[in-house]
Amino acid sequence: MSTGKTTLDITGLKVTIGGREILRGVDLSLQEGRVHGLAGESGSGKTMTGLAVLGLLPHGARATGRIALGGRDLLTLPPRELNKVRGGEVAMVFQDPATSLHPMLSVGRQLTEHMRHHLKLDKREARARAVELLGKVRIPGAEEAYGRFPHQFSGGMRQRIAIAIALACSPRVLIADEPTTALDVTVQAGVLRLLRGLCDELGLAVLLVTHDLGVMSAIADEVSVMKDGLVVETGPRGKVLREPSHAYTRSLLDSLPGETA
Amino acid sequence: MSAMTSAKESADAAPRVRSRRGVHPLARFLFRRILTAVLLAWGITLVTFVLTNLVPGDPVTANLGQRALGDPAIVAQWRAEHGLDKPLWEQYVLHLRGVVQGDFGVSQQSHRPVAEDLAQFVPATLELAGAAIAVSLVLGVAFGVVAALRRDRLPDHVLRVLSLIGISVPTFWLALVAFYVFFYRLQITPGSGRVDPAIGEAPAVTGLQTVDALIAGRWDVFVSAVGHLITPALVLALYTIGLLTRFTRSAVLEVLGQDYVRAARAKGLPGRVILFRYVLRSALVPVITVAGLAFGSLLSGTVLVEAIFAWPGIGQYAYKSATTLDLPAVMGVGLVVGVVYLVINLIVDVLYGVIDPRVRLQ
Repeated sequence: MSTGKTTLDITGLKVTIGGREILRGVDLSLQEGRVHGLAGESGSGKTMTGLAVLGLLPHGARATGRIALGGRDLLTLPPRELNKVRGGEVAMVFQDPATSLHPMLSVGRQLTEHMRHHLKLDKREARARAVELLGKVRIPGAEEAYGRFPHQFSGGMRQRIAIAIALACSPRVLIADEPTTALDVTVQAGVLRLLRGLCDELGLAVLLVTHDLGVMSAIADEVSVMKDGLVVETGPRGKVLREPSHAYTRSLLDSLPGETA
Repeated sequence: MSAMTSAKESADAAPRVRSRRGVHPLARFLFRRILTAVLLAWGITLVTFVLTNLVPGDPVTANLGQRALGDPAIVAQWRAEHGLDKPLWEQYVLHLRGVVQGDFGVSQQSHRPVAEDLAQFVPATLELAGAAIAVSLVLGVAFGVVAALRRDRLPDHVLRVLSLIGISVPTFWLALVAFYVFFYRLQITPGSGRVDPAIGEAPAVTGLQTVDALIAGRWDVFVSAVGHLITPALVLALYTIGLLTRFTRSAVLEVLGQDYVRAARAKGLPGRVILFRYVLRSALVPVITVAGLAFGSLLSGTVLVEAIFAWPGIGQYAYKSATTLDLPAVMGVGLVVGVVYLVINLIVDVLYGVIDPRVRLQ
């Protein structure tokens, strides 16, 4: 399908919550330097797939199958080991930066705490790297921004900060759960370009969860479509979006207003 | 409190400027709050004065004997002596001028300056109430966190019952039972008062017996003072412990469901960092509010607890002054209690500012 090296490989992932099957055997693989779009309507299990990778499923959820990262199965990893993967090897960007950043902790604190924990950097090194990261995600006045608080930034800026936080420990995999849904249309494109650029530059494997096929067609290399806890179609963007083989993908595309890709 | 939600801007705008005129934002925040507190303190003097003079009942009849009351000359002289013959507004101006200079008038009962009486009784109550609120905060927050983290499991159920008991049991009854059981029956706590009479008090510096004992280097006095403090403080604290347990539990549960807590987990931070830095910080805002309010009910609770444990505090003094219509003393007590409230509120406000940058940076 693609030429890159497989970084994260999900096979037969099943998740049940309270006896209800949320995911019914998801297969998905992410490649180095590629953006893999995960589409589907709400409730189809896109977000659950992302959360399962980091072991952040809600209480009472049971996950079976295999999530392979560098020869380990994340589902059977002991909690201490899993905590090293979280933020260190697999990072996540959430939907709404207004709620996913702690409102009472400074941007600098939220950028450096996991660096210091995972990478064992001292205060100065962490700060230098944080300022560099803020510049990388194009926050103006990175030095000053370091000491500010989330409420002093606009929505798009906050999401850039959230992305900087996710990248702080140089992860290999980035899971972005609807990263532009809560943003205004005018700033969406900027955040998407940033994600795409970082993916190319750093060789990240990105899982882009979105219900927005417009976002998908803008930056995804591969596209998977989910329905009722199953991946119903997967393939290169051009193929899936132009010649969908599954009826559900076709109906998703048809539901887009106006002309589609 | 100020706006908690920050508006979302429509586009990627440059971050706002943090502070004007080079003053540290927390300093400006503090200055504003203190200014308001001073205004409120003035309001308290007005309210205590008006209310005290509005009460039905004539201080003359409360203080002079039957025979003296029959003699108009004695009554007139007594009124003049206590400034009661002047118009009300003039009495207030005199009262205010006195208060500013630390003169609260002379108690009609003890014939001592009210300021002296207050200096003697207020520290005892502050020591009692302070110990109670400290115990409540430590235990209430700890219990609440445990209950939230062990939600719907045994510790949660046990703490729910205990906090319900703490909230429902009347303080005076609890005080009597505690006194009977621990002092009379089990004899594991000392009796009434602030220190063992055989040991004697430490020379007064702050008026707080435990602190004075430490200043004087009297270890025996300190141990005795703490021993005497434990039972009344715990009795007084039980209600607040129950209240804070309930509030902390619900506040922590709410914060645990927040996106930023999940984001912190996704960063792979250790559990204790998430609990203390992410969860408790947010959960403390409502808890501090409740603790500040609870301090008020704690002060009124001291009246009963002081009576039962023969604690020479302001509760007993207030009761005696009110029943004898000792107006200067009543006003003095009212003012002190009002100012204590103000200081508590000021502390709560400042803590908001320390905890939440959105409060101090607007």
